[in-house]
Amino acid sequence: MLTILFDGVAYGMLLFVLAVGLAVTMGLMNFINLAHGAFAMAGGYLTVVLMQRLDVAFLWCLPLAFLFSASLGALLERTLYRPMYAKPHLDQVLFSIGLTFMAVAGTDYFLGSTQQIIQLPDWLRGRTEIGSGDWILGMGHYRLFIIGVCAALTVALQYALAKTRFGSRLRASVDDQRVAAGLGIHVNRVFLTTFAVGSGLAGLGGALGAEVLGLDPSFPLKFMIYFLIVVAVGGTSSITGPLLAALLLGIADVAGKYYIPKLGAFIVYSLMILILVWRPQGLFVRVGAK
Amino acid sequence: MTAWAADTVLAARGLVKCFGGITATDDVTLELKRGARHALIGPNGAGKTTLINLLTGVLEPSAGSISLLGQDISRMAPHQRVQRGLVRTFQINQLFNAMTPLQTLAMAVAQRRGQGARWWTPLGSGRGDIARRCDELLQQFHLADVMHQRTELLAYGKRRLLEIAIALACEPSVLLLDEPVAGVPAGQREELLQTVAALPAEVSVLLIEHDMDLVFSFASRMTVMVNGAVLTEGDPASIANDPRVRAVYLGQGDASAAIGARHG
Amino acid sequence: MSGRALDALRGLSRIRPWEPVLWLLAFAAPAALPSHALMINEIAVFALFAISLDLILGFTGIVSLGHAAFFGMGAYAAALFAKWVLPDPLSGLLFAMAVCSVLGAVCSLSILRGTDLTRLMVTLGVALILLELANQMSWLTGGADGLQGVVMAPLLGRFEFGLSGMTAAYYSLCVTFTLFIVLRRLVYSPFGATLMAVRDNRLRAMAIGIPVSARLASVYIIAAVIAGAAGALLAQTTGFASLDVFDFHRSADVMLLLVIGGTGWLYGGIVGAVVFKIMHALLSAVTPQYWTFWIGLFLVVLVMTGRERLIRPWTWWGRSRL
Repeated sequence: MLTILFDGVAYGMLLFVLAVGLAVTMGLMNFINLAHGAFAMAGGYLTVVLMQRLDVAFLWCLPLAFLFSASLGALLERTLYRPMYAKPHLDQVLFSIGLTFMAVAGTDYFLGSTQQIIQLPDWLRGRTEIGSGDWILGMGHYRLFIIGVCAALTVALQYALAKTRFGSRLRASVDDQRVAAGLGIHVNRVFLTTFAVGSGLAGLGGALGAEVLGLDPSFPLKFMIYFLIVVAVGGTSSITGPLLAALLLGIADVAGKYYIPKLGAFIVYSLMILILVWRPQGLFVRVGAK
Repeated sequence: MTAWAADTVLAARGLVKCFGGITATDDVTLELKRGARHALIGPNGAGKTTLINLLTGVLEPSAGSISLLGQDISRMAPHQRVQRGLVRTFQINQLFNAMTPLQTLAMAVAQRRGQGARWWTPLGSGRGDIARRCDELLQQFHLADVMHQRTELLAYGKRRLLEIAIALACEPSVLLLDEPVAGVPAGQREELLQTVAALPAEVSVLLIEHDMDLVFSFASRMTVMVNGAVLTEGDPASIANDPRVRAVYLGQGDASAAIGARHG
Repeated sequence: MSGRALDALRGLSRIRPWEPVLWLLAFAAPAALPSHALMINEIAVFALFAISLDLILGFTGIVSLGHAAFFGMGAYAAALFAKWVLPDPLSGLLFAMAVCSVLGAVCSLSILRGTDLTRLMVTLGVALILLELANQMSWLTGGADGLQGVVMAPLLGRFEFGLSGMTAAYYSLCVTFTLFIVLRRLVYSPFGATLMAVRDNRLRAMAIGIPVSARLASVYIIAAVIAGAAGALLAQTTGFASLDVFDFHRSADVMLLLVIGGTGWLYGGIVGAVVFKIMHALLSAVTPQYWTFWIGLFLVVLVMTGRERLIRPWTWWGRSRL
């Protein structure tokens, strides 16, 4: 059972890193971006390509995946996304679905539709076990690594949001865009940077998660609902909300699929529907926030 | 309906509304008499619109009760209050941008007459009484010439007139007007003021306004609110002479001067 | 003075001259192009599906990414009814519509509150749950293989569902036309006007005395029933039901279809279905595998150049045919 918990936490933290960019851009730009998963997929596929064709070490692929997706995000934000901010939600949904379809089909065309395998370095394979009997805790080293990296990222994000000037500009823009602009904050630059970092994190998450989640061209569509759950349940006004939501989702999903394999997916979707009907603004939103 | 004593149509008793640590409405008691022309004034942020939101059910009170025509409506949903005759207008126009004034008014009248759920007959069909009412309203509010234009394309003055026309289409017994002339260009104010002055006598009106000329020419009774609480209430003359009211408006430019003009 | 509003209101719901022409053409099509009867059948089915989405999306402003839930439910309900109860098409159709009314009623509880995003998620979630259910309950639904061998009895006891697809096409056209007439009546009624009010300004709609939640629930149920009818038609005319009726692609495609034709005027679903099917037929001949890419590109371009070039967006410049 502890192992399930551990795996769930790893999964949850991975989901958090994947989805945090979406949560922030949604809170910031009020933009429903269903194509977020495509940036994650980009990072994953870059890692595969680098490792298989150019023999780059896995550890190097991670920051490269981040940079690749971040640049892609920055480019798309500047060119395609920006004119879409003021459009109604229906348009945004259609637009991002369109991008997703293009990404999925394009990836299928160029890289094939089979699931990609990542050869983890030796030091990340293997498993450590603590405890005994029912309370045995089996920690796969890779999952341990994931937890470590994601925890570090979470701390860094919290720090950046709370302690840096960019962080305060971002928080101001999320709270009230017009007033922030009136204070002299370059809202456009905040958007661009935030979107880029968010996409970069998604790419990093895609690289990290390729082995755990499975990487194939339909990745953005398969995991879209998970990202959206993290955002909808966690709220868009903080990053602790999505973090908790992601952990909840990760544990629920892993536990569900282990204990009741036939109903695993139901548990997640039904829980989501129930939570959203009960608390439409999200579970972890502070009073008075958007 | 049991007989009720006074000719009070709308009463709020001990209304309180707190948002976290902020008390937006502080133990407000207000009584509106039948046929009233009652004005609610106070500086910005005094909680006047919050009070309207409480009365109409958009906000739930933290404490206190509201009664309409003798019936307790404190727990009633907003649309049910409207069906009982409590109608409001909004300070910022709340219109149906894709619909035309004709459609909007026809729809409001139909809804008021209990036909809102009818799906098998076209809007405005039947004996034509809905159409007649629409004609009346369109004429009264000078909207007849724009009745086929999409609301979002109307000039601001017309939009404001439509805002109030919709409220009248709901056949209110109690009408809450939230700053009806706010933002209306000087040239179109007259139209609006005439319409407000020409409201049927049996409709009881609570008017929120900053324009003191309008307030003093319209109201027979006034309530002054400050910081969410009622400061004082009375007829216009005593309000104008009340030093506390002047103090509240001191330095408020036109308002203070207008009150002062009635003082001496 | 007194006649103006009456005439104007009557004029809103007047039948335009091109409407009967369009329907005549539609009914003439299977006879004129018998080799395309199956395609015409599909167009009718998807047109009906799109019209049901228009009801909630274009007229009431509910953004749903899971409308396929009802389409799929209708398809499986009709298929199962034909297989296990009675192969009569009309009974099956009515049964599917009844089942979807229940499902719609249950689901309507979930869309009453929350933001657009919440609604998007909840509708998506419902469709996914149903997909999973259909997948898991393979003893009933055939699982991933789909429900095969649905043989329909002759329509009205006389018209056999033959390979030519003529009966199928006319069956679908008749059902679509009948339901369309009903919905046309509905959108021009006071009820329809209140729906548009809810779409344009929910706060004000409440302030006029419109019971918003009740309206949302009723229109959602109606849309569910119509979508279910479309699904039933598909299952009955093609002879089988498979999991892809619940797929996200279905929900996305029908939304695209509707957007092409235009939201907020019922004919948008029909126009969109025709254009979409023709586009599909043409593009599939060229790139059979990567047709989703071109759809995606089309969507992106469409939205960026502004849907108002093709049709007008429903929030600001809704195609107010009324």
